[in-house]
Order: sequence, then C-alpha cells, then structure tokens
Amino acid sequence: MEPPEEPLRPVIYTMENKPIVTCAGDQNLFASVYPTLSQQLPREPMEWRRSYGRAPKMIHLESNFVQFKEELLPKEGNKALLTFPFLHIYWTECCDTEVYKATLKDDITKWQNVLKAHSSVDWLIVVVESDAKKKNKTNILPRTSIVDKIRNDFCNKQSDRCVVLCDPLKDSSRTQESWNAFLTKLRTLLLMSFTKNLGKFEDDMRTLREKRTEPGWSFCEYFMVQEELAFVFEMLQQFEDALVQYDELDALFSQYVVNFGAGDGANWLTFFCQSVKSWNGLILRKPIDMEKRELIQSQEATLLDLRSYLFSRQCTLLIFLQRPWEVSQRALELLHNCVQELKLLEVSVPPGALDCWVFLSCLEVLQRIEGCCDRAQIDSNISHTVGLWSYATEKLKSLGYLCGLVSENGPNSEDLNRTVDLLAGLGAERPETAKTAQSPYKKLKEALSSVEAFEKHYLDLSHATIEMYTSIGRIRSAKLVGKDLAEFYMRKKSPQKAEVYLQNALKNYVAEGWALPITHTRKQLAECQKHLGQIENYLQTSSLLASDTHLTEDERKHFCQEILNFANEQKESPGLKVVLSMHSFAQLKHLHFDPSNALVHVGGTLSIEITLLSQMPISVQVEQIAVSVHFSIEKNSYRKTAEWLTKHKTSNGIISFPNENSSVPFSRSSSPALELYEMYERSPSDNSLNTTGIICKNVHMLLRRQESSSSLEIPSGVTLEDGAHILKCSNVTLDPGVNKIIFRTQAKEPGTYTLRQMCTSVGQVQFVLPHIYPIVQYDVYSQDPQLKVEPLTDSLLAGIPQKVKFTVTTGYYTIKNGDSLQLSNADAMLILFHAENRAIIYSNTREKSSEASLMIQSSEKVTSVSLPMAPAYHMIEFELEVLSLPSTPTSGESDKLVNKEPQRKNKEKQKAGNCMVTLDQKVSIDCPWSIYSTIIALTFNIPFKATHSLLSAGKRKYIQVCVQNLSELGFQLSDSNLIDTGNSPDLQLVPLNTKCQKFVQYSAGEQSQAGGSKGIGG
Amino acid sequence: MAVCIAVIAKENYPLYIRSIPAEQELKFHYTVHTSLDVVDEKVSAMGKALVDQRELYLGLLYPTEDYKVYGYVTNSKVKFVMVVDSSNTALRDNEIRSMFRKLHNSYTDVMCNPFYNPGDRIHSRAFDNMVTSMMVQVC
Repeated sequence: MEPPEEPLRPVIYTMENKPIVTCAGDQNLFASVYPTLSQQLPREPMEWRRSYGRAPKMIHLESNFVQFKEELLPKEGNKALLTFPFLHIYWTECCDTEVYKATLKDDITKWQNVLKAHSSVDWLIVVVESDAKKKNKTNILPRTSIVDKIRNDFCNKQSDRCVVLCDPLKDSSRTQESWNAFLTKLRTLLLMSFTKNLGKFEDDMRTLREKRTEPGWSFCEYFMVQEELAFVFEMLQQFEDALVQYDELDALFSQYVVNFGAGDGANWLTFFCQSVKSWNGLILRKPIDMEKRELIQSQEATLLDLRSYLFSRQCTLLIFLQRPWEVSQRALELLHNCVQELKLLEVSVPPGALDCWVFLSCLEVLQRIEGCCDRAQIDSNISHTVGLWSYATEKLKSLGYLCGLVSENGPNSEDLNRTVDLLAGLGAERPETAKTAQSPYKKLKEALSSVEAFEKHYLDLSHATIEMYTSIGRIRSAKLVGKDLAEFYMRKKSPQKAEVYLQNALKNYVAEGWALPITHTRKQLAECQKHLGQIENYLQTSSLLASDTHLTEDERKHFCQEILNFANEQKESPGLKVVLSMHSFAQLKHLHFDPSNALVHVGGTLSIEITLLSQMPISVQVEQIAVSVHFSIEKNSYRKTAEWLTKHKTSNGIISFPNENSSVPFSRSSSPALELYEMYERSPSDNSLNTTGIICKNVHMLLRRQESSSSLEIPSGVTLEDGAHILKCSNVTLDPGVNKIIFRTQAKEPGTYTLRQMCTSVGQVQFVLPHIYPIVQYDVYSQDPQLKVEPLTDSLLAGIPQKVKFTVTTGYYTIKNGDSLQLSNADAMLILFHAENRAIIYSNTREKSSEASLMIQSSEKVTSVSLPMAPAYHMIEFELEVLSLPSTPTSGESDKLVNKEPQRKNKEKQKAGNCMVTLDQKVSIDCPWSIYSTIIALTFNIPFKATHSLLSAGKRKYIQVCVQNLSELGFQLSDSNLIDTGNSPDLQLVPLNTKCQKFVQYSAGEQSQAGGSKGIGG
Repeated sequence: MAVCIAVIAKENYPLYIRSIPAEQELKFHYTVHTSLDVVDEKVSAMGKALVDQRELYLGLLYPTEDYKVYGYVTNSKVKFVMVVDSSNTALRDNEIRSMFRKLHNSYTDVMCNPFYNPGDRIHSRAFDNMVTSMMVQVC
C-alpha cells in the first residue's frame, strides 16, 4: 500500500479500512480499554450467517473505533458503505446514582436521540465497573442498580444492549470472563449490523439494477454503488465476495455491449463509444486506480478506462486470493474482449493505438504476476503466461511494421508522424512505474524510438516466447512465432537468420502433412534461399513449388521458369552442375519392357518404355534422360538360360511404381501395405504339419525410420551414381502430365542389369531419382550353339528307314552361307535323303521365321548337310531319314554277336517282358561352330528275336526256327528258307512250310514259324 | 457460425479442413495446426482417465483476438477443431458441444462407409453438407 501521492485527493484504502464503530461517552475510559479491545476483538472468528442462502462464513472482525460525531451518521440517500458506522457504543463507568441522574442519563438520551434521528438501531451501552472505584465510594448503591437503571431507561425489551465490563484492566479470571462475554456480544452485534445494513444495501442495489431499462439509468452510478459493496467485502477480507461484485459488473457491462451490437443500445453506452484518445495500458500496481475511478464516477471514462479499472480491481482481488494464474488467463480474455468490443461499438481508434494498449497491458500483467510469485512458481506455470508473451510479441511486431521500424531504410516521415501520435497517446509515465527500469511504458517508448531498439526488444520478446513455448512442448506455436521472426529477418535483409526458422517450421509442417502451410512456408524459404544464393537449395525448393498444386498456375510457372532460366544461363559456363531430387519434377509411373519378359540374349535389343508424369506446369525441353544401370554377373547361371524365361517373369512386362506423393503430401497411408504370406513348416520325416504362421515380407519397408522420408527436403542427399552402363534418351520434351519415353539398348554382356537411378538433365540442372523402387531388372543371356538329334518316334527300329529330327540351336553363332554339318558315315547306318529336304528356321521365341531347302551331299565317308543361313539365337529344324542296317548274318559269329552279345550288353535296357535288343549307332558330326566333333548316338531297336531248336523224332530231325516281332510295327515274313552253309552233301533240308506261306506277325503274339528239316541221316 | 472446421488424424495430419472465407484459408490452417499444441496438452493432461468417463469435448483451446478455437477429440484420437468468430457472442458452450456431437456423428458415418479407407482424406458429400450447414447457419 503506497502512500498517497496527492494528499488532497480522497484515496480509498480498503485494506486499511475497518468497519467503523463510534464511541460516545467517557473517552478516557475508552482510551484505557482500547488497546485490549482492538487486540482481542479479531482474535476469535465468528460465524457469519448470510442472507439469500449464501454459505455461512467464519470471519475475524476488526473495527475502527472513532469518536462519535453526528456528522458520521449517514444522511438519507447516502450510499457510502465504507464510511458507514456499523455500531455505536456508549462508554461509562458511572457508579453513582446521583451522577447518573444528573448528567449521564441526559447524555445517553441525547446520544440516543441523535441515533434515532438517523434511524440507526445498532448501538450498545457499556458500563465499566472497577473494584477500585467501588472502594472509594462506599456509600453508593449496589452496582447493579446503575446497569438496571440504564436498562430500564433505554433498553426497553433489549436488555442485551447494555453490557457490563468488570475490571477490564485487571488480570483475573473474572476480568477474563467479563471480557469474553463483552467481546462475544460486540461481535454478535457487529455481525447483526453487517447483515442488516449490507442486506438493506444489497436490496437497494438490486432495486437500482432493476431500473436499468429506465431512460435515466446510468451504468457508472450503478457501478459506484455495487463497488461500494465490493469495498465492504474487501474490508471484511471477503475477497471472494468482493470479486463476485466486480464480475457481476463485468458481465452486466459485457451484456450491454453485446446488446448494443445487436441494435439494442442504451443511451449511457454511447458515452463509452467516444474515440480512444489514450492507450496507456492497464495499471495493476495500485490496489485502486483512483484516477480511473474518478473518471467513472464523473461519467467521463472511456471503454478502455472502464475495462482497465475493472480489471485492475479483479486483479488485486485475485492476487489477494493467491490466484495469479487466473489473472493471466483473464487478462488475455480481457484484451481480446476489449479489441472486439471496440470493434463492435465502432469506436474510432487510431491505428496502432490498440496495439500499444495491448502490449503495455500484457507486460503490465506479466510484471504484476512476477512481482507476486517466485521464479520456480513462474517457471512451472508458463502455460498460463505464455499466451500473454506471445500476444505482446505479436503486437510489438505489428507496431514495428506500422511505424516503419521493420524495413531496410528505416521509418519515413509518415511513419515518424504516426510514431509521435502513438507516443502522445501514451501520455506521461505514471509515477508508480517511473522508478522501474523495465517498465512496460519505458520498453514501448524505447522500442518505438529507433530501428535498433525495436529490433532488440522484438528479438528479446520473440526469443523468450519461443523458448517458453518450446519448454512446455508447444512446438507448433513456437514454430509459428519463429516464422514471424523469419519474416522479420527477411524484411531486415538478413536471410541467413531467417532460414533456420523457416526450415524448422517447414520440417514440422511436412512431417504432419499440412499442405497449405507447407506451400506458404516453402515460398518464403525460396525467397530466403534466393537471397542467400543457395542455388541448389533454391532450385530444389523451386521445383517443389513448381509442382505444387496449391499455388496458382502463374506462380508455378514462375518457379519453373526460375529453374529453366538457371539451366540456360549456366549453359555457357559449364562445370557447375546442380543435382536435384526428381520427385518434385516428375514421377516415374510405369516401366514397360519389350520383350515383356525382360530377358534378352546377347546382341538382342531391349526396349524400355518409361511413363513419366511431369509435374511442371509448362513443357520442359530435356536434353537427356539417362538411367544408370548396375551390371552384375549372376552367379546362378540358371537365370540366364532360356528355360528360366518361361517359368518366371510371367508378367506382361509392365512395372508400376507406387505414388510417391499424391495430393496429400505426406500421409501415412502412403506407406506400403503389409505383404503377408502363409507359412507352413512340415516335418521332413512324415510330412506332418509342424508349424504354421504368417510372414510379413516387407518388414524392411514398414519398419524403416520415418525421418528418411522428410530428408528429401535436403537435396544434398541426392548423389549421382557413376555407372558404366547408362540408358540414354536425348532431346525429349516433357509436357505437363504423362510422357512416354523409350530407351533402346543392345544387349552386350550376359548378366543381370538393375536399373538404379534416373537422371534428367536440363541444362546444368540434373533431376535425379536416386533409387528406383521396386527393383527393376533385365537379364541378358548367352547360349552356346547346340545340335540335337532325336528320333521322331519313341524309338528307332533297325533295318527300316526312319526319320530323325535335327535341331540346330544357333545360340550366339550366326550361320553363314556355306556352313554345313559334316556327318561321318557309319557302316551300319545309312543316311538316306531325297532331293527335296526342307529346313524350318524358328526365332528364339519359337516363332517360325523362315523356311529353306536343304542341300545334302554325300560322299563315301561323309554326308554333308549345308545349313541355311540363320541369325544368332534361332533354331533350325530339319529331318533326315536314317537306316540302320542290321548286321548281315554272314557268319555264325555275327549271329552270336547279334543275338547274344548285345543282349548281354544292353541287359539293363531290356524291359522285363519284351526283350528288344538295341543297337547303338554313333555318328560323328562336325559342326561349323566347333572344332570338335559332336558324337551323336542313336539307339536302334532290333525288332526281331529269333530262336531255333533242334527236335528229333526217330531218325528225323526237325529244326524249328522261331522269329518273334518285338516292335509295335507289323512285319510280313516271306520267302523264308533255311540254308546249309556248310554245303555238306549229306544234309538235305526240306522245308515244311509251304513256299508261299506269309505270316503277319504281331509284336505281342508269339507265333512260331516252324521249319521242318530233314535231319542228317544215320 | 463456425468459420473453419477441421478433422485431424491421430498422426496430426488433416483429414478434412474447410473454412470461409476462402481468402483466409491459409491463416486458418496455421491457426488449426497451432491449436494442436493445446489439444495435445489437454489430452495428455487427461492422461489415463477412465475411457468411458472421459469428456471428448476439450472446450476452448485458445482464444485469439478475432477467433475462438474449440477442440474435441474422439476415443480414437481423431481431433475435431472448430474456429468461431469472436464477435459471434451468440454461440455458447452448449451450442459448440452439440455442433461437435453432430460432427462426430457425421464422421462416424464416413468411417462406416466401406469404400472409405481410414486415414484418407474425407471426400464425402454428406459430410460436406453437414459442415456447410454448421458454417452458414448464422453467418
């Protein structure tokens, strides 16, 4: 509580005020009792029962005892409560009836009459008795008689209005008892008086409030009345009740403003609509701002004055109630509300005035709170105050912009004029803060004084706010303040300081996928990077912006043009290459292989059609699109074989790439879907199911770190691989939207080729797609030329001409004119040929490509088949007839050879029932592609099985020859006869079969051909 | 009534955001995004309060000079944020609550659509119409 500055002005110090109790009668007596009385009165609390259902309260009573004067009694209509005497006490220690009759009675009567005249009924007569006096005057009446007389004379029916206080200055139990009784009485009477008088006051107040619709009603008058009540509550230390009074006033006023906005205006309110001429902010350092209170009293207050005063009172009470955080919260509401109300009431406010008012008020509230809390308390309640810090920062910023303090050149004369006007509205600094170095007033004045000072204050505030936001985890708010700061730095032409704030904010927006803030921040960042000369970053940002559909077409074109301009400028001075990420420039959509199995033999051509979705708003002339290819020699040679082709890669050769970023720049749903597979594990022994499960095959995609996706913002992550193998396509125009680009390549070395990176060159700018995913591969294989000879039927039979198919797989070898197969003739096998032999040439994929006639020449030793010309990786097919001559049975040995030896030799080839004898014929073939001869073995089955037996009948001998056909073919046997090779004259063979007998034999049958013969006689 | 209504996914990216007038769109996006700070704070302050007893309505997230931002969070941590003009004093807490409830119901309908992929942006005419009705009602 500060001492009054101007003693002449009536100042209300509610805290020092106590309810007034007047004392009449013996002043000396009172003076002697006073010390004990004032000390004892507040010692014990008293329950205060309230009207209107309000909860009873324990209250410690204190009083301000003043000498009774008639002027103290309120006149009719006076609403002042603070100066209202709640109780009147008459003190006397008279014990002499004579004295009583002579003077005291008159005196009390006079006193009573004055009270009655003012209809005051709260009074008490105290008779102090002391033994000392009694002893002195032994002739007096019993002491009770005076009290009785008084009671009789004055307290009709209210005997409790007269109390006796015994020996108040002695230290005895009787004294104590007497004091206690007296104090209890005093407290009870005081409370009764409060209840009665405050109740009456409240009733009057309510009546007044009900009249608010009447024309002459004044809010200010009413304000003063209700505030009086608040004062009394405050005086009684009932801060909660006091606060309620102000809150009611607050709500009432707010309602009027709202109604006014709705067109229901009260006359008195128009006064508050006067234009704002002073904006010196809240004053919270005094419990009561008398200056403003007087303005209200005299109905001269503006809206801001009223609001300020009201809030300063609420603030004081809240701090008494130890609720400083409510102050900060209410303050923010108040400031917002005032701005709204001024708008609603259409009050004219000079530009910047409100900003000043809000700024000063924010700081004032913060300093007030700091003044009543310790550091730790403040630190743990940042969330309550940071709003004010942020608001102050915002307001200072807009003041800076308004006054031309945030520009390179500093304020111009117009700005200066505005500043002067704003400072004028602040008035002089108030005496309470004059000695404070960091007062809001001084801060504002200083901040507006120069560009440098503004910068210092603005940066201080911003940094403090960012720090506070960060410390309580309000990262997004911190970033937003940071962005304002970045804007400031950009205006101050120090982009290097702005960059980090923009980058941080952008990272946050990208991570959470907020498209519009991303676009906006990126645009700011682009400007910043341009100023900083970060060519690469600028171009990368530009490419992102050029592809950003949230920008207008013109803006996109602008950024695209920026890239193209740079690309073209640098053409003259090569050397500086800028590598950017491709994903913003164009997206790889599909890739189509031809041949569709992505398998090509050495020397073959492969074409790859790439579908690129250009995201640039205009057509871009691209010098080259290159795909770098990684070459690896597959260890698994199987992959290279032609068979692989049919078994794998059954797709149509189109590979689709997932959308990198659709309209939602970063939605978690773009992460790949789970690829789940069933898994069975069976026991190796009995094939029973051991375990089953589900396997996720793309865990590596799903569980990768999240940051990797946002790192695309930093283009330094893009590196260009040096690959020996590069697919190129030059001078392509990429139109906006879908483009198809075809790469052709001639397969060279066999192996697996993996497409790794794609690089689009525009002048010196290269857009690189660092990884192509899913993995795209094509294979190149090489095959040796091969000759295959196989019978057309299941098996070849000896002795009859049969067709054999020759298949020449050319592989890498190209068959030239004159190339021929040289077949070395075997004795037992003849190669038969006709004049017209045709060969068919197939392509690699079994498509018939041509037909040619075949030239076959035969000499004694060699049969030469001249092959038709055929390119590499083709097949030539032709058929030849071969005849395996069964060995001529010229000798018995050969018989044996035919019958037994092969039988033994080919034992394993014989099937259980049918025992066909086989005969291997080997042909050596010289192929044009090899210096080595190819040995082809053809297996011929001998279709017949012949058995003979010698049978005897008497002297006659019969020879039975049995020929069995084992093949599936039918044979006709004719002219069978038995010849004696020994030419012995004694032997005569007589055939038993008729000469012309013909038997058709079936393989399954075992028909026997019997040949009778005359045995050797003798 | 409301000047901006947003539905924000659990991971804090917008599922739906619409505002009037269109020129202020960017500002509202910033406002709504920043308000997530307070949503986070309030949600974590609620902590592990019994799920069925938890109040979904978060109340006033923070006032600005011109707007009031209200929040609501579903049990699946999808946030609804509504920005209301400060000058619109007719809107009391109860109205805001009921607007959020309406929004929640409509959102549930969207989720029930078998063709809607949870996590995708909301493109639903029914939802659009409902939002529109809440935006123009008083304005």
